[in-house]
Amino acid sequence: MSNKYTEDDLREELKTKEYEYGFYTDIKSDTFPNGLNEDIVRAISKKKEEPQWMTDWRLEAFRVWKEMVEPEWANVRYEKPNFQGISYYSAPNSKPKYDSLDEVDPELLATFKKLGISLDEQKKLAGVAMDVVVDSVSVATTFKKTLGEKGIIFMSISEAIKEHPELVKKYLGTVVPQKDNFYAALNSAVFSDGSFCYIPKGVKCPMELSTYFRINQAGTGQFERTLVIADEGSYVSYLEGCTAPSRDENQLHAAVVELIALDDAEIKYSTVQNWYPGNAEGIGGVYNFVTKRGLCEKNAKISWTQVETGSAVTWKYPSCVLKGDHSVGEFYSIAVTNNYQQADTGTKMIHLGKNTKSTIISKGISAGKSQNSYRGLVQINSRAENARNFSQCDSLLMGNECGAHTFPYIEAKNKSAKIEHEATTSKIGEDQIFYCNQRGIDTEKAIALIVNGFSKEVLNKLPMEFAVEAQKLLEISLEGSVG
Amino acid sequence: MDLKEKLLSSFLVFENHVDIDTYVHDVRNDAIKIFEEKGFPTKKEEAWKYTSLNKILKEDYCMFPQQENTIEYRDIKKYFIHDIDTYKIVFIDGKYASHLSQTTHDGIDVCLMSSALSKPKYRILIENYFNKAATKDSLSSLNTAFSSEGAYIHIPKNKLVEKPIQILHFSTGNESATMLQPRNLIVVDENSHVQIIERHQSLNNNAILTNSVTEIFANKRAIVDYYKIQNDNLNASLIDNTFIKQKRESVASVHTFAFGGKLIRNNLNFFQEGERIDSILKGVTIIGEKQHVDHNTLVHHIEPNCESHQDYKGIFGENSTGVFNGKIIVEKEAQKTNAFQANNNILISDKATINTKPQLEIFADDVKCSHGCTIGQLDESAMFYMRSRGIPEKEAKALLMYAFSNNVLSSVKIPEMKQRITKIIANKLGVNIGFDL
Repeated sequence: MSNKYTEDDLREELKTKEYEYGFYTDIKSDTFPNGLNEDIVRAISKKKEEPQWMTDWRLEAFRVWKEMVEPEWANVRYEKPNFQGISYYSAPNSKPKYDSLDEVDPELLATFKKLGISLDEQKKLAGVAMDVVVDSVSVATTFKKTLGEKGIIFMSISEAIKEHPELVKKYLGTVVPQKDNFYAALNSAVFSDGSFCYIPKGVKCPMELSTYFRINQAGTGQFERTLVIADEGSYVSYLEGCTAPSRDENQLHAAVVELIALDDAEIKYSTVQNWYPGNAEGIGGVYNFVTKRGLCEKNAKISWTQVETGSAVTWKYPSCVLKGDHSVGEFYSIAVTNNYQQADTGTKMIHLGKNTKSTIISKGISAGKSQNSYRGLVQINSRAENARNFSQCDSLLMGNECGAHTFPYIEAKNKSAKIEHEATTSKIGEDQIFYCNQRGIDTEKAIALIVNGFSKEVLNKLPMEFAVEAQKLLEISLEGSVG
Repeated sequence: MDLKEKLLSSFLVFENHVDIDTYVHDVRNDAIKIFEEKGFPTKKEEAWKYTSLNKILKEDYCMFPQQENTIEYRDIKKYFIHDIDTYKIVFIDGKYASHLSQTTHDGIDVCLMSSALSKPKYRILIENYFNKAATKDSLSSLNTAFSSEGAYIHIPKNKLVEKPIQILHFSTGNESATMLQPRNLIVVDENSHVQIIERHQSLNNNAILTNSVTEIFANKRAIVDYYKIQNDNLNASLIDNTFIKQKRESVASVHTFAFGGKLIRNNLNFFQEGERIDSILKGVTIIGEKQHVDHNTLVHHIEPNCESHQDYKGIFGENSTGVFNGKIIVEKEAQKTNAFQANNNILISDKATINTKPQLEIFADDVKCSHGCTIGQLDESAMFYMRSRGIPEKEAKALLMYAFSNNVLSSVKIPEMKQRITKIIANKLGVNIGFDL
């Protein structure tokens, strides 16, 4: 039997290629019944052994959330999640913390291995501390000691509530208040875990802090809460990456990330988001509704870099509030959508202080039947003298069944503001492909090459380890999208 | 009684006055239902995010000003482009003023909406075109419901209209506050060419609200140049809804010169229903005091190989607010579309505000679309250059601002019109120079 592997077979294989990281780890979970009410909120708080002020804070958020309606302005269509059909707490029950890797649930280790981030490999990788979050509770925190010597606090937020209540109390909800928006309120009420990071005055964090998030229990939404505080004159680079197992049922992910950069501090926050995007028919996939915001005091700088390749529906606007004079906000983003994915993402730059600067570089790539939107706001308030903004939004379209949309909002209330915005939409030139083909590079590779070139400005901003991973991710996400 | 209720009840009165057997009767009734359901737009609607109608809707408007006014040509001569021969259609408080107008039926129809709606010989045209371009939003529907008067222009095949057509709407404001709803229909058939100038002007300081709808149909290879002059006083508000449907290879351009009024909202919509169409949207806005100008444009690319060019310049002083909300939609079939959009603004006061939202919605892959938007100030080194050569500050500023808007002005095809605009700009900037230095 001559089974010749033809190009058609290859195309077929690529088209039907299932999500590479789609597998499910069966760890005995400690899961709450479905639904949400005040008792559940109290129970979550109790389960986490939180002090009374935290419980009250959650309840306050819950009461606000009850009054709110789900926002509909985003350019995405999806079936609304049933908020009473979700379990709001799930934690791997192999607690407490392990002292060595041998004690870790072997199944969990296997999961990490498949992901290519096994703990011992990570431990060996110099300079990267891992705070691994599997289903909402951090299972292992490494390199804590090294960080401790510098006075850097890097732990799960539930630990931080217990160990550093004064810091959490002072900053939690200051950038993203409980009633900020529907999903932020929900998160505030039910957040199960997340990371907390504090860099003391004048300290330059010696390594990239990193967290891997995974959703791992059928039917549980994941509500992460991250709080990063960089005290005066400090510097930190924080990495966040996600992968999730293949599942038919839509999963909800509503995280909140708050960054606070005090005077002269700098925070660099990089994300690679690769949640399960649903299969080629658009069934399944993660709903990713994230609120990310940073506050800059005098001379501070916050830089958001994101590579978005996953999720069925993404709704995410990492923002900077440039409160202090001379503060700087940056946003670099690549959003790739394929098949039936929908992304509505962008940023908000709120200029309040004098001489504040912001830069927005957004690259959208849409393929298949996907819809990719950029939505951004640049706001110059009347007291923000000499504010400067530059925005660039480029879109690349592959095939005529996808869409690329741009919704930039620009509001200027000060005459000394200088704002530039430009956006372009184009496709990959036939001449570019031809040039590559002619030199022996096949079309699929040529497209990867061109896409990489298109996204270079953003990829360059990623920390090295991430940049390599992100490039691969772009290639994987666009596989099979070439007709 | 709020304005909405008042409008709904006066519709019943209005109905008794007009012919009820016509095609338009049904259209009107459907339209009032839409308005009743939707009401006036609020800031909660995305398209009205930056413009609130609340203040201007509070006035107690009179819908049907009774008095016939006697206005002589010399009183209002300055509002005409009077140094060239033109056709004129003049309305005073929404009523046709025959002694000021110059209409024609000689080969082309330059006449009135009211006669087009009532005379049988226009019936087919009305049925084919009336309300066929306007969208079903609440304000256009409100206008449709009350549509009875306005300009009706029909240019048959292969005609080059040798002189421009001026449409002027005056309001005397004898009533304390007046609401006007003019309705214009312009049909330009194959290979024809027409130039039209439209102006709304109030003659005293009572509050005026004009909710105007203009439908323009540019058929195969037609060329339509449309100019809007908006330079009204501080109590006049204008909501201008313009809908343009273009067929194959036609070229339509709309220039909007917004220099004043209390609140101006321009809803300018282009629908391209054929191949190789060119649409041009240009505008200059220079305002101060507490004025508010909102340009809301839509270009809908439906067929392949079409182009659109948008260029809006704005200069905002004192407490004024400028809004630009431009939307380009490129449908899946509209391959090889070239769509460009530019919006440049200068803020010359700390209390002025600009909100701009240039949007692209693209569903086709083989397109070239770009938009650019800037907000900035006058170039200090250019100012210094002129000052060091003895040009006073005010004049130097005016020169720079004129140069800034010149891009749009240079594409005006009627020289007299261009001169007039230049004069208005000089007036607006408070200088007495001709700009032909």
